[in-house]
Amino acid sequence: MTFNLFVLPFILGFIFLLFSLVKKNREWIHKMDSTDRKKLNNGLRSPRLFLALREIFFESLLHRKMFRRNPLLGYMHMSFAFGWLLLILFGNMESRIYSGFWINPPYYPIFLKFFIHDKHVLPFEIFTVPGFFRFSMDLLLVFVLSGLVLAIIKRSRSKWFGLKKTTQLQFTDKVAMTCLWLIFPLRLLAESFTAGAYGYGGGFVTQHLGNVLAFVWPLSDKAVAYSFWWMYSLSLGIFFVTLPYSRYMHIPTELILILYRNFRIYPKKGSEYFSEIEVLSCPRCGVCIDVCQMNTAAGIHDIQAVYFLQSIRNQQVMEHITTRCLVCGRCQEICPVGIHADFQRIVQRESFQKLQVQDYSYLIQESTRKAEVVYFAGCMSHLTPTIPGAMKKILDIAGVDYLFLDEERSVCCGRPLMLAGKSSQAQKLVEQNKRKILDSGANTLVTSCPICFRVFREEYQLDIRILHHTQYLLELIKKGKVPLQAYFRKIAYHDPCDLGRGSGIFNEPRELLRKIADLVAIGNEGKDSLCCGGSLGLLNAGTEEKNRITKETLANYLEGDPEILVTACPLCKKTFAKLSPVEVMDIAELVMEAIPK
Amino acid sequence: MKSFGYTISEDRQIDFDANDRNMTGFINSIEPSIRLCLGCGSCTATCSAGHFTDLNIRRIHTLVQRGELQHLKKEIMKCMLCGKCQLVCPRGVNLRNLILLIHSALEKSGL
Repeated sequence: MTFNLFVLPFILGFIFLLFSLVKKNREWIHKMDSTDRKKLNNGLRSPRLFLALREIFFESLLHRKMFRRNPLLGYMHMSFAFGWLLLILFGNMESRIYSGFWINPPYYPIFLKFFIHDKHVLPFEIFTVPGFFRFSMDLLLVFVLSGLVLAIIKRSRSKWFGLKKTTQLQFTDKVAMTCLWLIFPLRLLAESFTAGAYGYGGGFVTQHLGNVLAFVWPLSDKAVAYSFWWMYSLSLGIFFVTLPYSRYMHIPTELILILYRNFRIYPKKGSEYFSEIEVLSCPRCGVCIDVCQMNTAAGIHDIQAVYFLQSIRNQQVMEHITTRCLVCGRCQEICPVGIHADFQRIVQRESFQKLQVQDYSYLIQESTRKAEVVYFAGCMSHLTPTIPGAMKKILDIAGVDYLFLDEERSVCCGRPLMLAGKSSQAQKLVEQNKRKILDSGANTLVTSCPICFRVFREEYQLDIRILHHTQYLLELIKKGKVPLQAYFRKIAYHDPCDLGRGSGIFNEPRELLRKIADLVAIGNEGKDSLCCGGSLGLLNAGTEEKNRITKETLANYLEGDPEILVTACPLCKKTFAKLSPVEVMDIAELVMEAIPK
Repeated sequence: MKSFGYTISEDRQIDFDANDRNMTGFINSIEPSIRLCLGCGSCTATCSAGHFTDLNIRRIHTLVQRGELQHLKKEIMKCMLCGKCQLVCPRGVNLRNLILLIHSALEKSGL
C-alpha cells in the first residue's frame, strides 16, 4: 500500500506552494528589463552560477554570516535549513532504495515509516552498515529538533542569541511559525508511535521513544499513530500554504536574490521586480533592530528595516516610516541577506513626493577657469569655514594648480534632493555642477564633503579622478609635497556614513592620521561606525531625538579618552561640535596644524 | 495724467479671515519645531539658492503661518534642499521638512 488519505494535506499544500513559486518567478522574469535579462541569461551559462550555488550553500544552508554574528543563532538557523535539507535528501535515498523505483510519489519519503515497517535487514544494507538509514534519519531529526528547542528559547531569551530585541511578528508569521515548529515534533511522535505499535522499524530515538510510549500508554496503538500521521501531514500542508504569505517566503526568494546578485543584477530605480525580491527576501530576523540608532538612541521603534520592508509587503507604507530614517546604512551592512534597505527606503520616499516641480532656471552658466584640480567644498563645508580654509592653505603649500569651484556661489551636489525622494529634480543640479567641473578641464576632483563625494562617484559619471580630501591629502603627503612635523595628540577617528560604509573609504584616513597623531581604538569602528545624528537622510525628527543620537555616538567614541575627535565630514563636525566635551576637528584641519610654521 | 514713476503700494493688510490656515495646522502638527522660529533670518542669510535668487525661507515660514499660499509654490520650487538653513537655525527648526511638507500640502490641495 503506498497511498493513504492523510497524505492529501501535504500533497495539496505542496502543489499550492510549487504553483505560487513558479507564478512569482515567471512574473519577475516577465517584468525584467532587457539588460537584467541579458545578465540572467549570460549568468546561467557562466562560472558565476557555481559561485552563486556556493553562496547559497554557505549562506542559505549553513548560515555562515549568522554564525559569525552569534554561534547559537547560526546553529539554530543551520539546524533548521541544513538539517531539513539532509532529512529530505536522505529520506529520498532511503525510500528509493526501499521501493526499488527511481521515481516515487513525493509524499512517499516523507511518510515512509508509515508505509514500511520492515524488521528485516534490507539487501543493500548488508553491503553498507545495517540500519544506516534508520540511524541517520533519527540523528538528523534530533539535529533539527535541537534547533527547534533553541528557537523556542530565543522567543523569550533573545539576549542569549546576541539580540537585544526580536521582531514583533504579525499574524500570518505566527501561524506559519507554529506549523513549522510542530512539523518536527509531530514527525517524531508519529514515527515513534508507529515503531512502538509495531515493535520494530524505528531508529535509535524513535524506536526507544516508541517503546516507552507503548509502555506508559498501553492504549497507544496503530490508530493513535495514524492520528499523528494526519497531524504531521496537516502541519506540513498548512505551513506550505501559509509560506508565501509569511516571512518564510524568504527561504525560496533568498535563493533567487543570491543567484541574481552573483549575476551582477542589482536594485535600480524603476526595477520593481527586484524591489519585490528584496522585500520578500527579508526573513524578519530582526538583526537590523539592534544596530539602528533610531531605536537605541532616539526611541523610535517602528521604522527599522525589518518593519519598513514588512510595511511595503503589506502595502501599508506610511510616510513617517520612510522619512524617519538616518539612511546611515548600518542595517544593510549587518543584514545577513544583503538587502539594500537604504535604497528601498529612498525608492519609497519617491512615491510620496508626487510634486516634482523644482525650478533652477536661476542658475546661470558661469565660465570656469582652467585648472588641473577642481576643489569642491560642498554646502556643509561653507558652514565650517575652517575646513575649506585649511584645504586652501594646504593646496597652496603643496603648489597645486587648483580651482575652488564653489567658493562664491555654491550649487548643491544634488544628494540632499535624492535623499528626500526627488532624484529627477536633482538631475538639474547634477547637470549644472557637471558642466562646471568638466569646463575646467581638470583631471582630479577633490571634495571635502562625503555627501558630495558619494554622489559625484555614483551619479555624475565623470571621467576624471574623484577623491575625498582625505585621499588627496594622503597622496600629497606621500609625494612629499606637504611637510609634516610630529603632532602626536591622542585622537579618535569617526568614519562618516557616506565616506566609510557608503563609499568604502576606511584605510586612507587612518593611514594619514597615523602619520600625524596617536590614533586610539574606539568601540564602533569602520563598517560598524555610528551616525553623528546630523544625517541629511533623516527628514523628519526633532532636535531632541537627533541630540540623543549624537550623545550616544559621542559616548561610544570617547571611551578611549581621546583629546580630539577627528572626522572627515563637515556635517559630522558641526553636529558633534554642538555637544562634544572634547575638541572636534576635520582631518584637513589636523593636517594644517601638523605643517611646520 | 503725468507719470512720476510712483504707484500706490500693494495692500499689506493681513486678513486672517480670508487666508487659508488649513496648511498651517497640517504642517505645525507634523513638524512642531516650526513654532520655535524667532524670525532671526539666519536661514535666509545662509541659503544656497538665496545666493542666486530671491528665495527667502523666513518669508516662506511667515507666509505659511499666515496662510498666504498664493506665492508659495513658486518660492519652494527654487529650494535645493541642501539643509544649510536647518543647520544654522539657532532654534533647531526642521526647515527641510517645512519645505517637504509644503510640497505634500500643495500636492494634496491641488494648488
